[in-house]
Amino acid sequence: MMRNPTAACRWFLAIVSLALMVGGTAVTGCQQQEKVEAPAQVHTVTGLGDDAGKVAQERNLTPHDVVAALKTYMPSGRLDDYVMFASGGHSGQVLVIGVPSMRLLKVIGVFTPEPWQGWGTGSVATEAVLRAGDPSGRKTSWGDTHHPALSETDGAYDGQFLFIGDKANSRLAVIDLRDFETKQILANPLAMSSHGAAFVTPNTDYVVEGGQYATPLGVRYAPIEDYQKSYRGLVTFWKFDRQKGRIDRDKSFAMELPPYWQDLCDAGKLESDGWVFCNSFNTEMATGGIEKNQPPFEAGVSQRDMDYLHIINLKRAAEVAAAGKVETVNGFRYIPLQTSIAEQLLYFAPEPKSPHGVDVTPGGEYLVVAGKLDPHVTVYSMAKIKDAIAKQSFEKKDPYGVPLLKFDDVKEVQVELGLGPLHTQFDAQGYAYTTLFLDSAVARWSLGGAYQSKHSDPPWKLLTKLPVHYNVGHLAAAEGDTTTPNGKYLVAMDKWSIDRFQNVGPLLPQNFQLIDISQPGDRLQLLYDMPIGIGEPHYAQIVKADKLHSWEAYPEVGWDPHQQAKHASATVIGKERVERKGNRVEVWMTAVRSHFTPEHVEIRKGDHVVWHITNVERARDATHGFALPYYNINLSLEPGETDTIEFDADRDGAFSFYCSEFCSALHLEMAGYMLVKP
Amino acid sequence: MKARIRTALQYAERPALRATARAVVGPRVPAHELRRRPLRYWLPTLLLGAAAACLVASIFLPYWKLTLHAPQYPKGLHVHAYLDRMTGDVAEIDALNHYIGMRRLDEAARLERSLSIIAVSVIALLVAAAVFIHTRFAAYLSLPAALFPAAFLVDLQLWLRHFGTHLDPRAPLSQAIKPFVPPVLGQGFVGQFSTVARVEAGFHLALAATAAIAVGLYFHWRAYRPLAER
Ligand SMILES: [Cu+2]
Repeated sequence: MMRNPTAACRWFLAIVSLALMVGGTAVTGCQQQEKVEAPAQVHTVTGLGDDAGKVAQERNLTPHDVVAALKTYMPSGRLDDYVMFASGGHSGQVLVIGVPSMRLLKVIGVFTPEPWQGWGTGSVATEAVLRAGDPSGRKTSWGDTHHPALSETDGAYDGQFLFIGDKANSRLAVIDLRDFETKQILANPLAMSSHGAAFVTPNTDYVVEGGQYATPLGVRYAPIEDYQKSYRGLVTFWKFDRQKGRIDRDKSFAMELPPYWQDLCDAGKLESDGWVFCNSFNTEMATGGIEKNQPPFEAGVSQRDMDYLHIINLKRAAEVAAAGKVETVNGFRYIPLQTSIAEQLLYFAPEPKSPHGVDVTPGGEYLVVAGKLDPHVTVYSMAKIKDAIAKQSFEKKDPYGVPLLKFDDVKEVQVELGLGPLHTQFDAQGYAYTTLFLDSAVARWSLGGAYQSKHSDPPWKLLTKLPVHYNVGHLAAAEGDTTTPNGKYLVAMDKWSIDRFQNVGPLLPQNFQLIDISQPGDRLQLLYDMPIGIGEPHYAQIVKADKLHSWEAYPEVGWDPHQQAKHASATVIGKERVERKGNRVEVWMTAVRSHFTPEHVEIRKGDHVVWHITNVERARDATHGFALPYYNINLSLEPGETDTIEFDADRDGAFSFYCSEFCSALHLEMAGYMLVKP
Repeated sequence: MKARIRTALQYAERPALRATARAVVGPRVPAHELRRRPLRYWLPTLLLGAAAACLVASIFLPYWKLTLHAPQYPKGLHVHAYLDRMTGDVAEIDALNHYIGMRRLDEAARLERSLSIIAVSVIALLVAAAVFIHTRFAAYLSLPAALFPAAFLVDLQLWLRHFGTHLDPRAPLSQAIKPFVPPVLGQGFVGQFSTVARVEAGFHLALAATAAIAVGLYFHWRAYRPLAER
């Protein structure tokens, strides 16, 4: 073979040059690729130049202001370290806020319709959640959200679920943090109003709902003159089924309490695991009646120097309920007061007058009670409480027979902070923070006992008071009510803002004030004011952002967010259809940038219409809306979501429906007609 | 194996057939020669064998990657083309392509994709067979494999041209986006998108096979030509 070496060389060269040519092109391709993907150069600030100084001067900023700005400013695209879930107050919603930037990220629709999210604006599934929570069957379109509670594992936030209570109607909602949507609303079958919801036990076995204004159990009438006989307080323990992501109503139960006005609660943890603590006021059992020349409530409920801290053995209460020692009203179980006393489930301890918060320290050793008309916080020792109960050392019993522990037996210490102490949170440095409503300040004070070694200050001592603006209610330190507080930040939730913001008329925004608590001793720095213009928030919780693992889009096309599973009526491209059975018309529609299929939906007046729409998109943020005028419908169809609307076509006409999310350049063209023939 | 082929040739019955077969497979290496210079004869075998192995391995790796950059896709959109399939953001790219009336990516090169695994396996086998052929026919057997990377790119470019120039005139943006030819390698632009096409690991393996064949055939020529001339 290869008789001619020249010929052999020729084809060899041809192949090599071909290889080089192809290889060369490939290499060129690679280089271009690298050019595009090369990371932008990062310039590190080493010193503030003249420009920064000039801006500070022009804007009249002090060095302190500049530092505060640097601590909170987020360059575009930078994400916050923490996320705060705040009650939205009268809005009935939950606010999601980035910390430290204090940027509002979302307003989650809970008790109130929220059109952008398609929450209660026509979607059959969301309507069902809202209507399940209607007290007494009346369509209720607002709530007074108070205390959000993140689900916990071993006493630390796990980022899976959020619970929030509605004070106005004694309701509880469950939000799934995979998609930040409300999945369940329950109305308390026994109570009219509740303030102490929601607080979770360390593994979220129970969600605690403390009461508020005493009423006859089961929401019925009794004359106010029969107050002591017929009116009752209440605490409810809702059993959470984490697997289903729902409260299990049948496994939940309540405890009948004397008709004091129970307030906030907190669940014990570690040392106090298995116990629940609730404050109360109006142990005077005042019934008001200013118009009848009786003392008004504000005076009547503030007569006594001491009210009662409720100490509840939840572990044993659950056993008593499981043993069937319960009664039922409206199909809901509760442990009668006398049973609780007989089974040793309930004790009282005196607490300084008209308290607001009871907050358990991270290790569960102490309970901090702030009596809002007393300048102290009172610290109770769980060890001493257990001891006193074991010795059955009681001062006396309340009028209903509940044993009352002796104040000096269970008190660890009282720390004088200032006027109007309300709520307390904790950090990792062994400090506690208490809001002072009347002083308009946040107090930092040192814990003693097990926390003494964490700081170099004397124990149980006020260290500093930082003025806030104004009339501060709750406060939230980062993970500050868990077993693992890691607070760098604290947010003071001010009820009044007076002069802090542009005047927007007589109804002023609330003020969330961000405070840097990372330095020890008396060093606290106010960083930022965030106006809240949607309602009066109460409590908030702040979680490390990396604990949240929410979906970027629904896991598969045709997803039912309300079941967190494939939707029974999902459809795919090519299978869209309209079917008629008598006067029942069923529509299976798809939505994709930038069209609905079908675009003509032809029906007759009087038809009953069931209409499923599947957003078949997989791209992040490719949400479509579905707005149907005159029928009060707007849906939010997030990537992969299927949702259903159902209505009687009682009005004829040519109704133009359209996509109400600006999904694409041809968004306006994403429309169609529902043609209802007379 | 080599010994068995030699035996088969020796016992071939018809002299004419025997002569043709000998002309195709070429001379055998005498045992003493193989012992004297093993590297000289093993080198082409190893290189051609490696080429066949590279080709077979390339079946399991992506050959080509297209990345689309646009402001609203901060992570970009990516399509990986294997010999028989495409993976990545195919659905999203199809969704975007419908605006300009481009056909679904799934409709491209269906025949090629359905045959590619078998075809590459066969041409790899031909290279493996060339190890036993000691004449210029070894080059003929290796040629399809050597040319495969170029053929892949040419076919891909033809499909890109076909897709880019056969846009549905009834598409929403058919007035705004004129027919275009996306480059098979390097950067292109369409609408707000800049595209970068590059070859991937599978292609690099196929290219390595081409190089191994080229070098292997050179050593093949150097080793077996003197035997034939003897
Ligand atoms: Cu749209």
